[in-house]
Amino acid sequence: MRELITAGKGERLFLLGNEAIVRGALESSVAFVSAYPGTPSSEIIDTFYELRKEAGLRVEYAVNEKVSVETAAAAAISGIRSLVAMKHVGLNVAADAFMTLAYVGVRAGMVIVSADDPSLHSSQNEQDNRFYARMALVPLLEPATPQEAYSMTKAAFKLSEKFSVPCLLRTTTRVSHARGVVMFESKPAEIKPATGLFEKDPMKYVVVPMVGRQLRLKLLDKWKAMEEESSGSELNFVEGDGSWGIVTSGVSYLYVLDALEELELIGKVKVAKLGMTSPFPSGFIGGFLEEINKLLVVEELEPYIEEHVRGVAHEVGWKGVVCGKDVIPRAFELNVPIVKRAIARFFDVNVGEKKIFAVPELPARPPNLCPGCPHRATYYSVKKVFGDDAIYPTDIGCYTLGLLPPLKMADFLICMGSSVSTAGGFSVVQDKPVVAFIGDSTFFHAGIPGLINAVANDHRILLVVLDNSTTAMTGHQPHPGVSMTKEGRCEPKVPLENVIGACRVKKLEVVNPLNVRRAIKTFEVLRQELIDEPGVYVVVSRSPCPLLERRVTRKKQMVYFVVDDSCDGCGRCIDELACPAFVREDGLVSINRLLCIGCTVCAQICDSIKPVKIKKK
Amino acid sequence: MDDMVRVFCVGVGGQGVLLASRLIGETALLEGLRVSMSEVHGMAQRGGVVETSVVLGKRYSPVLSDGEADIMLAFEPLEALRGISRCHSESVIVVNSVPIPPFTVTQGGQVYPEIEEIEKHLKDLVSKTFMLDALRLARDAGSERSLNVVMVGIVAGMGCLPLKKDSFFQTIKKLLPPNLVEVNIKSFDLGYVVGRELTR
Repeated sequence: MRELITAGKGERLFLLGNEAIVRGALESSVAFVSAYPGTPSSEIIDTFYELRKEAGLRVEYAVNEKVSVETAAAAAISGIRSLVAMKHVGLNVAADAFMTLAYVGVRAGMVIVSADDPSLHSSQNEQDNRFYARMALVPLLEPATPQEAYSMTKAAFKLSEKFSVPCLLRTTTRVSHARGVVMFESKPAEIKPATGLFEKDPMKYVVVPMVGRQLRLKLLDKWKAMEEESSGSELNFVEGDGSWGIVTSGVSYLYVLDALEELELIGKVKVAKLGMTSPFPSGFIGGFLEEINKLLVVEELEPYIEEHVRGVAHEVGWKGVVCGKDVIPRAFELNVPIVKRAIARFFDVNVGEKKIFAVPELPARPPNLCPGCPHRATYYSVKKVFGDDAIYPTDIGCYTLGLLPPLKMADFLICMGSSVSTAGGFSVVQDKPVVAFIGDSTFFHAGIPGLINAVANDHRILLVVLDNSTTAMTGHQPHPGVSMTKEGRCEPKVPLENVIGACRVKKLEVVNPLNVRRAIKTFEVLRQELIDEPGVYVVVSRSPCPLLERRVTRKKQMVYFVVDDSCDGCGRCIDELACPAFVREDGLVSINRLLCIGCTVCAQICDSIKPVKIKKK
Repeated sequence: MDDMVRVFCVGVGGQGVLLASRLIGETALLEGLRVSMSEVHGMAQRGGVVETSVVLGKRYSPVLSDGEADIMLAFEPLEALRGISRCHSESVIVVNSVPIPPFTVTQGGQVYPEIEEIEKHLKDLVSKTFMLDALRLARDAGSERSLNVVMVGIVAGMGCLPLKKDSFFQTIKKLLPPNLVEVNIKSFDLGYVVGRELTR
């Protein structure tokens, strides 16, 4: 993606929304970037990381979102422009820092990208982060396309600097992961190495109550000024004509345009497209209401705009009809047909319903742990020892896929890091054994406080850290404990063992899950110890993610496995291990040669499975 | 909106669906057309379904809903059938006939429909359905991994996309590393020739 640096003014590239944000930031002289990856935001930090040397940027993979906001806050208060990016739920983790940073403010532009995920394509919830801007009293921009993601990133830096507060840029999956043609308005700035200047001023920067009170009043003054800005912003505009109105924002705007076109209403309805939605542009909407007598609010998720619009309507004494979530679904993404039907219903126009072909009932194709994934091996061993009786709190990563049958090794999950803490809770309110699973990256992100808490409160748990030496789910980003990155092997900067050992757990074992017998033995011993001497036990189950390892080491596969004639078709391999390479046909099992990566695990659980050496070409 | 073409691509993680759609999108940009695209990432490497939409011409939404695909490029027969709701009776469907049974079939006891049944089902609803062994074409060109480029070559050869062959070649050179350009140009060409014959 070098073109993001080299392409000049007037050039056009076909960019992901996330890549467009990177270019917008480069043109805004961003010099410090930090993020913890999370779908659908990950390409932002990954692209910055790839370009960091050539662009002369300081780019950091942060240990979690809160840390990323805090590090960037220091840059921002030292006069260095900064950007942090996270998925919507990441802002929950960063909320503590975010809320009070709004009080303290920034001395150089700071943009916080929140990539929301309506429809939960790859998230645990679909919260609407626009409310965070309202709660923190900061400006919020909502791009609809990659082109707008680019231009609004630039606008966000300007707003942040103008009002000296961080600015929230809120995308959704269909903006971050849309590709579109982006035309550049200028060249990337020549970025100088980040040398900031921090001027001490504790009465502004150290938020004790007496300082906080002053800052709160100052923020409210800024908020007033921002309200004026919002109502006069060019990012909010009206198109079309007529006495019917629609208010919309983000990608919903595109659905509105297509729906109006299909209903032959284009130009006959006034559309107010809001780009800046916090502070809410009340003055702008008040003026808009005067021109219409019927208003439909089209927005995804919560009635954020709708509630503001109703407030404005009441205040200006508007007598027209407002409708929003009565006809627009509150759950999940919108699309053109949904918006079209809603518009037709509210304005009482004819909608020609198309005939939609029915999809017959078909075998599902859910995502699965890869063939040879070490997590599957760990689950096998733990299940052999603890069975179905134990409670298995789990965490966020590829290994969450262990919830599927036949493994069924996931019983409870709410958020990053919840495995350890909820395990501790289960261990004190009920009597069954509790075995928690957490990935290595997630452990660094949010697992450490939970582990310390468990030790300090004498919880009775076994924590299994599934250490595949990467943040696999989001695209193999590094974390403090990795021994391998996309760029090659490396020494862990913060070895997991040192952190866990320092938490004073009763016992820490490191196992290779691909050695099944030894792993089972380790878990058997620990099961007994948990009974004899209750406390906090930890196993680091360590084997690198095969997808990453193959890419980094370029190691050629030496062996693959086949099922020989002695197979009696018992199916235990499928019922207990369920590697996707197994194929059951006519009562017998075979192994798909193309899928087998030669991990050896199945051959350790069944004598009918034998290795075949791959001849060197 | 007569000059609008909406392409729905669907396949299984690892088949190169994302690159195929980008190839169409970048070529459209090269020719100065309006174009947008939508991808769903995340589970692509874990054997799940991968779907993308490419929209050429005067249309704002980058996402395709039911009944909106003018072309469906299906890299796998089962996923073609699952994608049928996106199509309409005038759609063009190109399906690679080589199945990749999901684990719910290989292990879970569910039944993968007969390929002929799938083809018949698709054809009964959408007459312009073309099923062929595109993986073999890719193999003939020198690499099974270029299945995605073969698929794009086929629809381009059928004349379904308002884009020139030379422009595709330029995009292939731009998007792929130098050592893979030759095999992919060959793959595109093989697909293109087959596509042209299909419409004869």
